[in-house]
Amino acid sequence: MKTVMSNKFAIALYTLPALLLILVLIYIPIALSGYYGLMDWDGIGEMTFIGLDNYITLIQDKLFWSSTWHSFLLAIFSTASLLLYLAISLVLASKIKGSDLLRKIYLIPMLLSSVAIAQLWMKIFDPTNGMANKLLEFFGVENTPIWLADPKIALYAIFIPIIWQYAGFYILIYYAALKNVPDEVIEAAKIDGASPFQIAYKIKLPLISGVFKVTIMLAVVGSLKYFDLIYVMTGGGPNGASEVMASYMYKEAFKLNNFGYGSAIGFGLLVICLLMTWLTSQLTKSKDDVQF
Amino acid sequence: MKKKAFATVMSMALAGGLILGGCSSSDETAKDSSGSSSDKTVVKMMHLWPEGSSNAQFTIVDDIIKAYEEENPDVDIQTEILGNEQYKEKIKVLSASNELPDVGITWAAGYMKPFVDGNMFAPLDDIVEKDKFVAGTLDAFSVEEKPYALPLELNITPVYYNKEIFEKYNLEAPKTYDEFLNVVETLVDNGVTPITLGNKDRWTGSMWYMYLADRIGGPESLNNAINRTGSFEDPALVKAAEEIENLVNMDAFVKGFNGLSNDEAKGYFMNEQAAMYLMATWELPNYTTSPDVDQEFKDKIGYFKFPTYEGGKGDIDSYVGGPGVGLFVSEQSKVKDEAKEFVSYLVDEWGKRSVVDAGVIPATVVDTSAGDLHPMYIDILNDLGNASNLTLYADVQMSAGVADVHLNQIQALFGGQTTPEEFTKTQEEALAAEK
Repeated sequence: MKTVMSNKFAIALYTLPALLLILVLIYIPIALSGYYGLMDWDGIGEMTFIGLDNYITLIQDKLFWSSTWHSFLLAIFSTASLLLYLAISLVLASKIKGSDLLRKIYLIPMLLSSVAIAQLWMKIFDPTNGMANKLLEFFGVENTPIWLADPKIALYAIFIPIIWQYAGFYILIYYAALKNVPDEVIEAAKIDGASPFQIAYKIKLPLISGVFKVTIMLAVVGSLKYFDLIYVMTGGGPNGASEVMASYMYKEAFKLNNFGYGSAIGFGLLVICLLMTWLTSQLTKSKDDVQF
Repeated sequence: MKKKAFATVMSMALAGGLILGGCSSSDETAKDSSGSSSDKTVVKMMHLWPEGSSNAQFTIVDDIIKAYEEENPDVDIQTEILGNEQYKEKIKVLSASNELPDVGITWAAGYMKPFVDGNMFAPLDDIVEKDKFVAGTLDAFSVEEKPYALPLELNITPVYYNKEIFEKYNLEAPKTYDEFLNVVETLVDNGVTPITLGNKDRWTGSMWYMYLADRIGGPESLNNAINRTGSFEDPALVKAAEEIENLVNMDAFVKGFNGLSNDEAKGYFMNEQAAMYLMATWELPNYTTSPDVDQEFKDKIGYFKFPTYEGGKGDIDSYVGGPGVGLFVSEQSKVKDEAKEFVSYLVDEWGKRSVVDAGVIPATVVDTSAGDLHPMYIDILNDLGNASNLTLYADVQMSAGVADVHLNQIQALFGGQTTPEEFTKTQEEALAAEK
């Protein structure tokens, strides 16, 4: 085995398939979409080179910036909801009765496909027959909201299922990390007279801070490029009130036949994601990593 | 040792397979498939009626292909079938790489134009028999007088209504717009949703606006605004927008219509929670022949023509509608002649069977005396025969960019986020900017 691993040729051979796949499926398309962004192209006929025109339009495009703002709102909300997930996992990881069952219950939304979740929540948000409004009516609310049809609340209404959808995923990560905290440390704290709150705040949290940083990164980047539920539930509407960057890119490229401009949006999305990743890693950087 | 050798061979094979799989161009695969049926001419066709969701259409096309292959033993028709949205996307991708199927489905006017401009579709003026088609349907698939696809379907849009709900409140199908407003008001007063509308899809609201524009200003006002011989700021078009605003303020439409898709909105009508529904004749099977719908419900449904507007220029026999899909032949096709022949055969046979078998009204003239048709179909087909005008859906007439402006404005108008004046002004600007 050792001889194989020290053989440069063998290493190259074994990594080649993965490398090729990544190149063909990811890096080459990224370069290509940057290139298409320089073109005036409807995706069907001839391309014409127009230099940076698409990118200049992009910078002045109000719709793009409002969809960027919506993506950032989603990023803020999903990052904030991480705290909630963390609290739930802290409870689940302490030895309470039925934590096994509860963990599975939280995980189920993650197993559903996005489209199924979207359909489910569209039924819930139905203004006349939906569960949300029936419940509100039961409590005596008269002017029940029209949810996805109201430009002021449509975006926030979709945040609810998105946050619900990913709860299981993050809870699972936190749960696994918390289970990795050695029992001896906690025992020692207990003997020293630490309260459960102190154990959670002063011992468990610092020990899983690395995992927490990773999840912040996942939440931010995941939110910025989010697409599924928005596309199915509102299609970015009404009147762009719930448009996010990815849905705007899709709309320009495929619905409006502006493939060149759509590519430019895609490239802009990539740049924003890279910037945010770098920024998040800078903000969450700490000098001393806590070790077990 | 043996084991190790085996593993090495396997991993080499795997790597090789990946590399080859990644590199093999689609040209090669095309050659392969034509090579396998050596002496036959292969015509590739793509359509959008999967066996599961559009069984009736699938069966008709399948039967026609079998019959054609029997008559022409040297031709082999190979089909690829995708659902509506996937189809639209795949066609776009294929055309970008110049690999369109020999025969395929396209939509009219604005959708088709980039394909024609990009020289993707072959002109079909050499095979078309104009008098076979209902007047106006071929125009929607023509660019500069040349048809680039042959229409298969034709739809007009009546207002369907629930007779039971109407009877309960002593209402009758309205003939004038004032009567219509009275119907709406009575229903609202009694807590019944008058009209269901899925305006998340936007084209649904556009049909309401188009009808009002037609009844107030006549068919010319909207058509001229779009073809730029007129203006979108025409007083009739502003007036029509004001009437929409008025209907919204009367609570004529179902609650939250801007967030409902057409399918969700249809649910309200099918569950008898709303009294009226303006939709194209592709809905007819649900009220006549479909085995999935209760007979009791079907008997309750009738339709009326969109009412006339007092002092307006449009008459009651003018319809909003248009051909649905048509068949194109690829310009790049190597078997163009065979493909064209097959297309005209398919259009002919489709016209004979589509109403009876699938409830789809074909763009070719139908002989109503043959076969036993549901009375509602006979009525609609007769109305179609007496139609004074057919206005093609506005978003289909416009190019994709302008259509998007129009549809967004429709949603904003219905949602009260714009005024009738701004509504017309924004569209006038978008239309003017394009020329």
